[in-house]
Amino acid sequence: MDFNRIKEKLNILADAAKYDVSCSSSGSNRTNKNNGLGNTGNGICHSYTEDGRCVSLLKILLTNHCIFDCAYCVTRKSNDIQRAAFKIQEVVDLTINFYRRNYIEGLFLSSGIFKSADHTMERLIAVAKKLREEENFNGYIHLKSIPGASDELMYEAGLYADRLSVNIEIPTISGLKLLAPDKNHADFIKPMLKVKNEIIRYKEEKKIIKHTAKYAPAGQSTQMIVGATGESDKDIMYSATHFYKNYNMKRVYYSGYVPISMDSRLPSLGTEVPMLRENRLYQTDWLLRFYGFSVNEILDADNPNLDMDIDPKLMWALRNLNFFPVDINKADKHMLARIPGVGMGSVNKILNGRKFRKLDWDHLKKMGVALNRAKFFIICNSTDWERRDLDAARIRSMILQNSKSKFKNQYTNQLSLFN
Amino acid sequence: METTKTLVYDGSFNGFLTAVFIAYEQKLSYADIQRQGQNQGGLFAETEIIFTNVEKAQRVWNGIRKKSNAAIKNIYFTFLSENRNIEALLYHYIRKLMGSKINSATNFSDDCILKINQIAHKVGREKHRMEAFIRFQLTKDGVYFANIEPDFDVLPLISKHFRNRYADQQWIIYDVKRKYGLFYDLKSVEVISLDLTEIHTNSLEKSTAFTDEEYEYQNLWTNYFKSTNIKSRINTKLHTQHVPKRYWKYLSEKKEAV
Repeated sequence: MDFNRIKEKLNILADAAKYDVSCSSSGSNRTNKNNGLGNTGNGICHSYTEDGRCVSLLKILLTNHCIFDCAYCVTRKSNDIQRAAFKIQEVVDLTINFYRRNYIEGLFLSSGIFKSADHTMERLIAVAKKLREEENFNGYIHLKSIPGASDELMYEAGLYADRLSVNIEIPTISGLKLLAPDKNHADFIKPMLKVKNEIIRYKEEKKIIKHTAKYAPAGQSTQMIVGATGESDKDIMYSATHFYKNYNMKRVYYSGYVPISMDSRLPSLGTEVPMLRENRLYQTDWLLRFYGFSVNEILDADNPNLDMDIDPKLMWALRNLNFFPVDINKADKHMLARIPGVGMGSVNKILNGRKFRKLDWDHLKKMGVALNRAKFFIICNSTDWERRDLDAARIRSMILQNSKSKFKNQYTNQLSLFN
Repeated sequence: METTKTLVYDGSFNGFLTAVFIAYEQKLSYADIQRQGQNQGGLFAETEIIFTNVEKAQRVWNGIRKKSNAAIKNIYFTFLSENRNIEALLYHYIRKLMGSKINSATNFSDDCILKINQIAHKVGREKHRMEAFIRFQLTKDGVYFANIEPDFDVLPLISKHFRNRYADQQWIIYDVKRKYGLFYDLKSVEVISLDLTEIHTNSLEKSTAFTDEEYEYQNLWTNYFKSTNIKSRINTKLHTQHVPKRYWKYLSEKKEAV
């Protein structure tokens, strides 16, 4: 093996793949067969890059040659960059050797589109097949569904991969027309739909025949770029909800746009990556998936964007003060989960703890409730609680004054005098 | 006056459970259970040496398990934390658990129970970190070798994970702090102790113990680690929060940073 050449390719093709934010390796249930190599579980982040993102999979492109010219993408054909392509065996060797050293949970393989969608998809499948069948590899494999790939290939891909994903990238159809004129919205949807239907079929058949071949056990996911086309948070979250509902997505990822090119259609080079906004979107996503919120409670026509200074749950609570204060010792789970500063871990502890005695501030503090926010919204077994009739604006400013957010430097728009 | 008594056990988990058994037998409401070698006698306290008895330990284990599966896990994890005087807290916890008619392992309004839960959680996190941060290096004998130095004694907890995952390769995970390790010989996992002449951290210098190819792959991995970073998003604080510096010396990708 020519390690120098591999190193060169790896640098180019890992660099190009890094804008795909998904690195999850959880949700699959593959066990180690016949004393082979690897298994999957709850997912492990084996390292973290200096930008603080998890490294769980070997995330690379098979090639960065591409026939498309999407403005937001580094590997677009008009971009003057070094191009490279891995051989199938090279990807297999890298994956196996990294895996054996406990560097990774598996492989995340994507690709630029060369020749045609089907041709590209076939090559991706070939890598996965080789890993599974020749190397007896039972680790995690995430394959990219190439937009426009045929149903037959999407079926085959699911037999080897744990997760499949198509990146929708641009949340609005008009945005897609503007930035990726040669791509067709329907091409994105087609493989997504096929995968969804196959997953449903697999689940049904499995009930009858236990040994039905696994089909994408970790489901499918997608990704949207945030801040490239001037879309609102409402646009993003509504289309995320659409994908969760209609395509049984396991995850929708939000990727703050990293300026990579001079293009009048896009934010200029040197524009800051909207990391705070990305964070608020993820918080909203969590509220929808785990806290029982529905999207129109948080974002609607009057409130199309999230508040950058405060988290979305607090934002909702301040708009709905009529639900508060909540009695920690009486409220149901659903309502406990809606108190700002109370996470699902604390909800669980509260529900269990209050069976034994009435909880007071001290208990809540020890359980890990963020009282600086929560105290305005709850009563507990104490005569000491917020009695003043405070309005939303007042509460907001009191919370902001008394808390130090790690994002503070990002949302003060005021220029500092000395710097 | 109630008697206080110091029970000294051999440091093993079964030894500790035996001590709990003896303490119950003698109806001690407060048992000062201490690890051999760390024990300090009280001024007016009697000292009793506990001989590990697997049968007695088993009875305690089963008794607690009947009460709650979560509790038995918490007790084992907390025990492995090796915190000073953790035995006294555990004994207190066990008495609480056994003394209550309903399952009180989830009584998070109780300080002792919450504390045990939090310590067990910490040990669980260390276990997970080891599953993530162990970096095997391939020796010339064809064994994948890793040194570790975990905060808590988590080797017994990670054994199953590595056994299941790396079923077709020989591996050794060696805890240099506690001077024992696990060796998997393609059939089963054994506890071993080694005479290590050098500790294999992620040094830039090559050791003759490992294959040349090993260093090529470390090099590739470090390269991958660098190219997957997005410079315009740099967040060093978050990085060190996820990968605390004390683990760096065993991570091949942090070679240059150490």
